[in-house]
Amino acid sequence: MSDRVIQVEDLVREYQMGAERVMALRGLSLAIRRNEYVAIMGPSGSGKSTLMNLIGCLDTPNGGSYWLNGQEVSRLSDDALARVRNKEIGFVFQTFNLLPRASALHNVELPLVYAGVSGRERKARAERALVRVGLENRMHHKPNELSGGQRQRVAIARALVNEPSLLLADEPTGNLDSTTSEEIMRVFAELHAQGQTIVVVTHEPSIAEHAERVVVLRDGRLDSDTRTSKVAA
Amino acid sequence: MPIFEAVRMALRTIVAQKLKSFFSLIGVLIGVTFLIAVVSIVQGMNVYMEDQFANRLIGLNTFTLRRQPGINTGNVTEETWRSWQRRPRISYADADYVSERLETPAVLARFCSDRMVIGYNGKQAKDIELMGTEPSYFEIKNVEIASGRIFTPQEVRAGVPVVVLGSELGEKLFAGLDPLGKEVTIAGLPYRVIGVAKRRGTLFGLSLDKFAVMPFRAPARRYICPLNILDELQIKTANPTTMLTAMAETEAIMRSRRGLKPGQENNFDLQNASGALDGWKKISKVLFTALPGLVAISLVVGGIVIMNIMLMAVAERTREIGIRKALGAKRRDILSQFVIESATLSTVGAALGIGTGIGLAFLVRALTPLPAAVAPWSIAVGVALGIIVGVVAGVYPATRASKLDPITALRAE
Repeated sequence: MSDRVIQVEDLVREYQMGAERVMALRGLSLAIRRNEYVAIMGPSGSGKSTLMNLIGCLDTPNGGSYWLNGQEVSRLSDDALARVRNKEIGFVFQTFNLLPRASALHNVELPLVYAGVSGRERKARAERALVRVGLENRMHHKPNELSGGQRQRVAIARALVNEPSLLLADEPTGNLDSTTSEEIMRVFAELHAQGQTIVVVTHEPSIAEHAERVVVLRDGRLDSDTRTSKVAA
Repeated sequence: MPIFEAVRMALRTIVAQKLKSFFSLIGVLIGVTFLIAVVSIVQGMNVYMEDQFANRLIGLNTFTLRRQPGINTGNVTEETWRSWQRRPRISYADADYVSERLETPAVLARFCSDRMVIGYNGKQAKDIELMGTEPSYFEIKNVEIASGRIFTPQEVRAGVPVVVLGSELGEKLFAGLDPLGKEVTIAGLPYRVIGVAKRRGTLFGLSLDKFAVMPFRAPARRYICPLNILDELQIKTANPTTMLTAMAETEAIMRSRRGLKPGQENNFDLQNASGALDGWKKISKVLFTALPGLVAISLVVGGIVIMNIMLMAVAERTREIGIRKALGAKRRDILSQFVIESATLSTVGAALGIGTGIGLAFLVRALTPLPAAVAPWSIAVGVALGIIVGVVAGVYPATRASKLDPITALRAE
């Protein structure tokens, strides 16, 4: 149990869309161990975005339970979830989601600000995280002065700065060309080699190929769970 | 999030959007400018009225005995004015009676004045205040002599035709010549100039140096006062306390001389510098009562504008709010971020308003004789109002921001 970063049991999430009830997840169970590198795939409407929101503690389920790093998080309040997101999860988004007016350094400092880390230590840790993704020369640049790949690396540094138990990436290469995509995937591979648990949500098989385990969803249920470097057809 | 961090963030936003920020600040700016400027100008006016107006016209620790008030800063009704005109005038005998019986040590000056024409060698100076009085007048009004001398009590008793000129009058009639010993004509009568007074400057832009002083028994007296009648008896004592004692004494002496029964109103007037300012004090009180209302209106408008700007900011920055929430910002963090931003915005407006207000006060000081001085308390009130308006205006937009759902906020464009 203790080596399981994510333990999801019988997860149900439904939405009210006008008069209709939409079942996005219909009782999904999944466990992800420490230092696993998992890709979550599935066609649109399969529930992978819903699963990613739930795993990311941005949303709470209607039914079932979710233990993150041994802590039951499926019934927490908004503020408690915020604390969990801050400490346990590092997000990497398709659209980078950097603050446009802030420098790379300031963007990376942000999670530490909300963690209550004081100024000097915050700066030192943010700088270390940027060095780790190879951006030691771009710390004081604004996002619009950086290339797409550099922006995504800033986002990765930001995701790692609080040393989360889980790096959660949502289509991390969706806005990047193929060369840059490879570059980002190499960063992920290095992080994985250093022991980081990574979950990547993607619809691109070429990205999922980098993971050591591929989970495919269909209609809100687990369709397949393959432990291989190749995607099952 | 620490306050300092939030303030720095707010200042960065303000600097990044200078014009928009300026327009959103203008309400608070105007309100605070108004506060600072009006307070400093009214207080300057107070100082001016006391130091310059009352003390120069009436004199320090001095009061006057007259038929009716000499200086009216408030409104006088037609009826009051007519009742004053029915009172008996102050006679030489009244003055003697008071001066013989007054026990408080005091300096007295019998006094008459009117506007006259004064001539020298074919030149004429019109609208000159001709005063008939005693040597003690120079002490009471603090009129200093630049050259020559003042007249003596003997000259007053004998009614010798001598005159002391105001500096501007002297320059006008003699244009460079030494006036001492020369003869000027007052109402066709020759007067010898025995002294010239030092420059006294202006009051409300009017020259205080267009005057001539002669003994009150001198021949031209009938042109400025009826026979044996005075405009006023000026009485100066050593300090404000003895002045009040002497005033009370004079009142009792005059009431007994005029045979007034208890309950009957005085048919004479006693006025000192602070009494002369009664009317002005009422005006300044009205200004200070109206001020909070006027400031409040602009601050309410300013607050509404800031609230609008903050609602816009929340809408524009929905995605930023989503990012911050995803990274671990709690409701309280988002709430305080936007409240502090709003308060910073408003305080910057207040600071600009304080600057503008101080600027206005200095301008008034430079361009008018009013010693407009900025009151430190008004600056403190200005800053406090800036913060309060900002916090109040920011609470609603910030609450909306803090309640945004992170998933929806992240999807916003």
